[in-house]
Amino acid sequence: MNIRTLTQILILFSSLSILSIGGGNTVLPEMHRKTVDSYHWLSNKQFADVFAISQAAPGPSILIVTIIGYKAAGIPGALLATLAMMIPAGILVYLVSRVWEKAKDSSLRKAIEKGLAPLTVGLILASGWVMSKAADHDWRAYALTAVCTAIFTTTKINPLFIVAAAGVVGWLGWI
Amino acid sequence: MSDKPSLTDLALTFNHIALASFGGGLSAWSREVLVAEKGWMEDEEFLSAVTMCRILPGANQVNLAVFVGVKFRGIPGALAAVFGLTLVPVLLVLAMAYFYFQFHQIPAVQGILKGAAAAAVALTLSMVFKTGRKCLHGIVPITLFLAIFVLNGLVRWPLLACLSLLAPLAVAWAWPKKP
Repeated sequence: MNIRTLTQILILFSSLSILSIGGGNTVLPEMHRKTVDSYHWLSNKQFADVFAISQAAPGPSILIVTIIGYKAAGIPGALLATLAMMIPAGILVYLVSRVWEKAKDSSLRKAIEKGLAPLTVGLILASGWVMSKAADHDWRAYALTAVCTAIFTTTKINPLFIVAAAGVVGWLGWI
Repeated sequence: MSDKPSLTDLALTFNHIALASFGGGLSAWSREVLVAEKGWMEDEEFLSAVTMCRILPGANQVNLAVFVGVKFRGIPGALAAVFGLTLVPVLLVLAMAYFYFQFHQIPAVQGILKGAAAAAVALTLSMVFKTGRKCLHGIVPITLFLAIFVLNGLVRWPLLACLSLLAPLAVAWAWPKKP
């Protein structure tokens, strides 16, 4: 661990935090360019593997930076990268949400809430679509998805049980 | 509001959301817990918050934790929610990274992940049904819904391009009529 690497981590990830409009995954190409090509913290292959690990773990999708920070500068690097990736964007959300609370009765807020709702539902459908594409699902996985969707939509069973059961189905090699 | 969640509530709830999302579907889990289980927000407020968190830079789920935390408890609330959301996942990811760089392989969890991912997609789809039932009434909202799905999901336009095209139309449509 050295100060120079930690400084690079701080500057790189806090600027990526502010640039990541539309979510953490939008800055992956830039993150790859800097960490693999410029700083040589990890190899091309390692970047791809580390991305897969971060997607497999629960929680927010930007935790790839935790692993990259760990590889570059150990535990302090991991913590610094994680904080640098969250704090600048978080401050922006804080400022916007203050304005949002104050504008409770304005026509603009009402129009945004009502108007954006159908768009958000469309975006959620799109993310479900992209997720199943990324997971490279075959017909058996789609069938499992269809069964689970029916259960989630029509029953009140705790979704956690269904996800666990689906995990067991996968573990048994049925999909 | 007398029944504002405490800082501990916020941290534990977001920790629950994060851990439940093993396999993906974090947005769907957020709705499941924040709207359906806890009743902290209505669907409409939740959806607009989710969209704002998508437009602003940063990871959507971290942003949502900040938003919900600030709504109930100001800055300490935001810190508690983000801490709850990230602490255990960060430790897990660190453990996995350690194993990976030590042994250059990830413990065999491929099958479990595949099944869990299929269920996570299902949870996301059921969220589309549950929230869509409430807001997709009439030609205009259904057209907006389909248009952004096609542009963002199938054609893979960047989010910003989709929203610069469709958000002004949506807001103009939804503007409250003068009585």
